[in-house]
Amino acid sequence: MQPDAQETGPPPGAARPPGWWEHFPHQADMGVRGHGATLAAAFEQAALAMTAVIADPARVRQNIKVSVTCAAPDPELLLAEWLNALVFEMATRRALFSTFRVTIDQDAAGVRLKATARGEAVDPVRHQPAVEVKGATYTALRVARQGGGWIAQCVVDV
Amino acid sequence: MDLSRLEQVSEFEWRIPMRGPMRVPGVLYADPALLLDMDDKVYEQVVNVATLPGIQKASFAMPDAHWGYGFPIGGVAAFDPDEGGVISAGGVGFDISCGVRTLHTGLTATQLRGRLKNLAEELYRTVPAGVGSTGKVRMTHADMDAMLAGGASWAVGRGFGTPDDLARTEENGHMLGAEPKAVSERAKERQREEMGTLGSGNHYLELQEVAEVFDPAIARAYGLAEGDLVVSIHCGSRGLGHQIGTDYLREMVMKAAGYGITLPDRELACAPIRSATGVAYLGAMRAGINCALANRQIITHLVRQAFRHVVPEAALPLLYDVSHNTCKEERHRVDGVEKRLFVHRKGATRAYGPGHPAIPEALRQAGQPVLIGGTMGTASYVLAGTAAGMETAFGSACHGAGRRMSRHEATRRWKGREVVDELARRGIIIRSPSLRGVAEEAPGAYKNVSAVAEAAAQAGLARKVARLKPLACIKG
Repeated sequence: MQPDAQETGPPPGAARPPGWWEHFPHQADMGVRGHGATLAAAFEQAALAMTAVIADPARVRQNIKVSVTCAAPDPELLLAEWLNALVFEMATRRALFSTFRVTIDQDAAGVRLKATARGEAVDPVRHQPAVEVKGATYTALRVARQGGGWIAQCVVDV
Repeated sequence: MDLSRLEQVSEFEWRIPMRGPMRVPGVLYADPALLLDMDDKVYEQVVNVATLPGIQKASFAMPDAHWGYGFPIGGVAAFDPDEGGVISAGGVGFDISCGVRTLHTGLTATQLRGRLKNLAEELYRTVPAGVGSTGKVRMTHADMDAMLAGGASWAVGRGFGTPDDLARTEENGHMLGAEPKAVSERAKERQREEMGTLGSGNHYLELQEVAEVFDPAIARAYGLAEGDLVVSIHCGSRGLGHQIGTDYLREMVMKAAGYGITLPDRELACAPIRSATGVAYLGAMRAGINCALANRQIITHLVRQAFRHVVPEAALPLLYDVSHNTCKEERHRVDGVEKRLFVHRKGATRAYGPGHPAIPEALRQAGQPVLIGGTMGTASYVLAGTAAGMETAFGSACHGAGRRMSRHEATRRWKGREVVDELARRGIIIRSPSLRGVAEEAPGAYKNVSAVAEAAAQAGLARKVARLKPLACIKG
């Protein structure tokens, strides 16, 4: 299942950067999709797409740095783990993140992610945060190779 | 939704016949216009839920149904543990026990004239709302576990409200069977600073006027008359409930195969009610219900504080408190046999009919109040549970207007400032920390709540009692 995308990354026709993100519509919640040359880059962009559900990432400065690790049996479940780990960090630190660096290792036991996220405490006036993300769901969950790169997507509950 | 895929049973009831792996049919309560506006995903999700083990009678969708994850929002499904029935974290939702409570004020809207703006400002100052906001109640580990076990009773014990409030809350404000130990430390950590916060998104605190009474006898029993000023609070279990949903959705996905459950889609993750995962989720989810009840109780206390500053003559007794994201163990008749079932209501309200012992004595003969949150620009409704509804969808009704368009589409169509200004021209005051949030919640992003309430009434799920008109809305 891959609903039609609504572009919020580069405008149609513009050259795509190596990694980019978009939202796809869901009636009550929001779909987040990251595109990247590598699996890790797609995960970075999916995280950026999630921040954009809440606020404009360009308004989020980078005053704090958080380390995240998680693991899962497969890349799709790892995406949900990754986004949920960020939801937890955002909720407990009352922060937003706008830059992500991800590495992913895969072996017979599953996939493991190590990452850093940089951002700052929520500033309601400057960020105008629209809505909290409650968690990543398994709806429209898909991690796959596409067009020479990777996509990583799911619906997040808001 | 394509109506040709449905069998019409009556003007307001439509059926999806059993096919393939469906164990029961699907039943949708709505008029043709509401159905045409429903996403085809609702159809898919109603069908998917109908395939789950132990489901009883039908997979139901209320008139406000829309595309959710796993179960549709506005979905009702009951499972029998004696027939391998399951419990699903996605069938409850992340915001466990999100709900609405409505308070009387003892005043008419006219009596508030000239003070409405001050009151809205005071409420906005007093009740924490929006992303990143924190509550004034600090919770130790012991407080947290006591709150998760005690619900609104715990809050009243701490001085947030009165015992009378508990009598007007589902489960008397205290969901039995909660297991704080089944709630992860991460969930508790998320909640540490969030007690007494409204949240964001579609959560709100609204001053409303009773604009129309449809059933004078029930309205009288509920203490409602045209012109009355009431206060409604819509919010849930905050970060704790969200994390419980996250934790158990993951566990159910990981363990489904081990329990012999074949999932058509991972989003339908569930576990047998009689399994270690099912039992643990039930205990955690009930603790989440208590968290929501305690949260709304603390907010009630804050609302009363704000009123004291601006409208000291007001008294604010509780009309009722309903939850609309739950799974509850209830007794219902199926094919003439009384069964103990686990009824999932996701974006659906319990709507017990007259005489049910779970309804407070003072309201019992009128039927359970069903509080329907609408939009900040249209209306909300008070309905009452019916005897007929007990026989159809396990005593359930709709929960709100239901979204008709995505948040993305809403921000494309409306700007937050324009929405605030337009509503101000109509005499409705909006206070929110986020204009983008206001745009995403624009009244036009929702279905016609009056059509939803009418469909619920015509389908026999509930009776229309009163329509509430928004006067001022604090949006999270």
